[in-house]
Amino acid sequence: MTVNSADSARATQRNSYWRASLRLIMLCLVIWFVVSYGFGILLVDQMNAINLGGFKLGFWFAQQGSIYVFVVLIFFYAMRMNVIDRQHGVHED
Amino acid sequence: MDLKTLTYLIVGASFALYFGIALYTTARSTGDFYVAGKGVHPVVNGMATAADWMSAASFISMAGLIAFLGYGGSVYLMGWTGGYVLLAMLLAPYLRKYGKFTVPEFIGDRYYSKAARLVAVVCLIFISFTYVAGQMRGVGIVFSRFMEVSVETGLIVGMGIVFVYAVLGGMKGITYTQVAQYVVLISAYTVPAVFIAFNLTGNPVPQVAMGSELTSGGYMLDRLNTLVTDLGFAAYTDGNKTTIDIFCITLVLMAGTAGLPHVIVRFFTVPKVRDARSSTGWALVFIALLYTVAPAVGAMARYNLTTTIQNGDVGVATANLEYEQRPEWFKRWEKTGLLAFQDKNGDGRIQYYNDKNPQFVEKASAWGWKGNELTVNNDIMVLANPEIANLPNWVIALVAAGGIAAALSTAAGLLLVISSSISHDLMKGALTPNITEKQELTAGRLAAAVAILIAGYLGWNPPAFVAQVVAFAFGLAAASLFPAILMGIFSRTITREGAIAGMLTGLIFTMGYILYFKGIFIAPLAADVPANWMLGISPEGIGSVGMLLNFLVAFAVSKMTAAPPRDVQELIETIRLPAGAGSAHSH
Repeated sequence: MTVNSADSARATQRNSYWRASLRLIMLCLVIWFVVSYGFGILLVDQMNAINLGGFKLGFWFAQQGSIYVFVVLIFFYAMRMNVIDRQHGVHED
Repeated sequence: MDLKTLTYLIVGASFALYFGIALYTTARSTGDFYVAGKGVHPVVNGMATAADWMSAASFISMAGLIAFLGYGGSVYLMGWTGGYVLLAMLLAPYLRKYGKFTVPEFIGDRYYSKAARLVAVVCLIFISFTYVAGQMRGVGIVFSRFMEVSVETGLIVGMGIVFVYAVLGGMKGITYTQVAQYVVLISAYTVPAVFIAFNLTGNPVPQVAMGSELTSGGYMLDRLNTLVTDLGFAAYTDGNKTTIDIFCITLVLMAGTAGLPHVIVRFFTVPKVRDARSSTGWALVFIALLYTVAPAVGAMARYNLTTTIQNGDVGVATANLEYEQRPEWFKRWEKTGLLAFQDKNGDGRIQYYNDKNPQFVEKASAWGWKGNELTVNNDIMVLANPEIANLPNWVIALVAAGGIAAALSTAAGLLLVISSSISHDLMKGALTPNITEKQELTAGRLAAAVAILIAGYLGWNPPAFVAQVVAFAFGLAAASLFPAILMGIFSRTITREGAIAGMLTGLIFTMGYILYFKGIFIAPLAADVPANWMLGISPEGIGSVGMLLNFLVAFAVSKMTAAPPRDVQELIETIRLPAGAGSAHSH
């Protein structure tokens, strides 16, 4: 009986950890999609109406901006995941 | 000192460095050989991954492609960097937690099937060989131009070098050699770019210079747009690909990057799951250093080339460069056949314009132009750049060393995944399961040696152009391996039948479509033009449809077959949790 309840507690903890991970991944992937496929491809003409120095904004996102966002996004994800790992007690020693 | 001596000196010194490192880090166990004993620091691993990842195509071809595609070249920039986001969040940490040596091994365990593992081995070997052929060709090209030897001699020298450090050092040797190669290749890439950016705009940072005002007035990109549209080309910032094609190619390159076995396997080498996540970020930092400079190099190269040929108003007879007045770099590259002039209208001047544009051709013929007279191979843009900008010889020599480093580091990484797949997945996993660790290590070294010979042969008789072959490898990785790994981690319900059917569908569909239009090894069955493409998607982008089919087939077949066994469900649970990855797997 005690074993079973410990098991189910662990399963609940695993599930909530996995849901938290998936939420973070979804958030990051939405940003990933918006800056590249959104700003750089689908909305490129609308974005190009805006100028950033000598760059048209859509062109800038397609050739540079999205890359900077990708870098920041991965470190943000890595940091948040470390927090989530700890909160759910599944971090490495 | 003349250029040739200087080049031999700098390239020779870089080789000595790689050898030294290989000797110092000889692999002693299969763990060392396959995953460098899992003790690589995440920043170091990031740097090695960057060198592993940035191939001859990134170094030599990409900026040239961007120069001629303009906005259309964005597919490479976003595609090849955006894949790291997928890798960091969807694959790397989980595969690191799983903690074994190869990608097929994961697929075999997760899909509880030797057949799935074998299908993965076939995909992996196919992808890696298509890719490595391009690298060996790249080595040959760089050697032949800078060392003034034949492409074949260059190839053999390159094979010899890779042999020593991939076969002796295994993953451990490769990791530290790749770090050295990264340093060589990134300096070789950025030094000329900084000089050229400063010459054109007075701003030494290429990323900023690209959007700055030229010293001669006007923003560079605006001037470039005017220059090229005046010659009948599409505006630089608009490009000439359709939105759906750009979308699909970017997707293929992203998923393909995340599914490339030689990149994935690099994240098996760090100590912890946490490190696998941050190491992906570091890899992208080091990659971004080159990938944000590349579009600037592309734009500056296109600008320099166009203004050299067309040095005044379009249509004025004297505004075209006289062939007799051509600069030194022009003559040197003519010898390689990668730059060629044909005086179609016999006026002794070079007309370089878009003769595929009917409206412009009409105007041009009024000036007595009888067709475009200059053919430029994409691959020379980066290599010729320092010469075009009149930079000192040591910069040119450095670029040669950088190009070779880029090609060798990728070739070594690929050869290693090929050899580990053969010794670990085929021999230990299927054919001869009883071999000892020592025998497996020997088998791995032998397989690496044989793989180098095959790669050399493919480089000698390349199936297609460097960049085209690489695009092919991506389509296959995106349509076969990426979905199988992704579903393996994120879905508990995909069965072995589903995974195998999905991989085969993606692989066969994508290969079939590419062969139909590109005809690699066979004659193409239809002209590779937009009118013939399905939904307007080019062969370069078709892997995204293959990937979609893979997902659909895998889900449909899984619904009809028995659920995965309990221990597999347990495995999925385990790899989702980071805790416990520290324990080394013995085997």
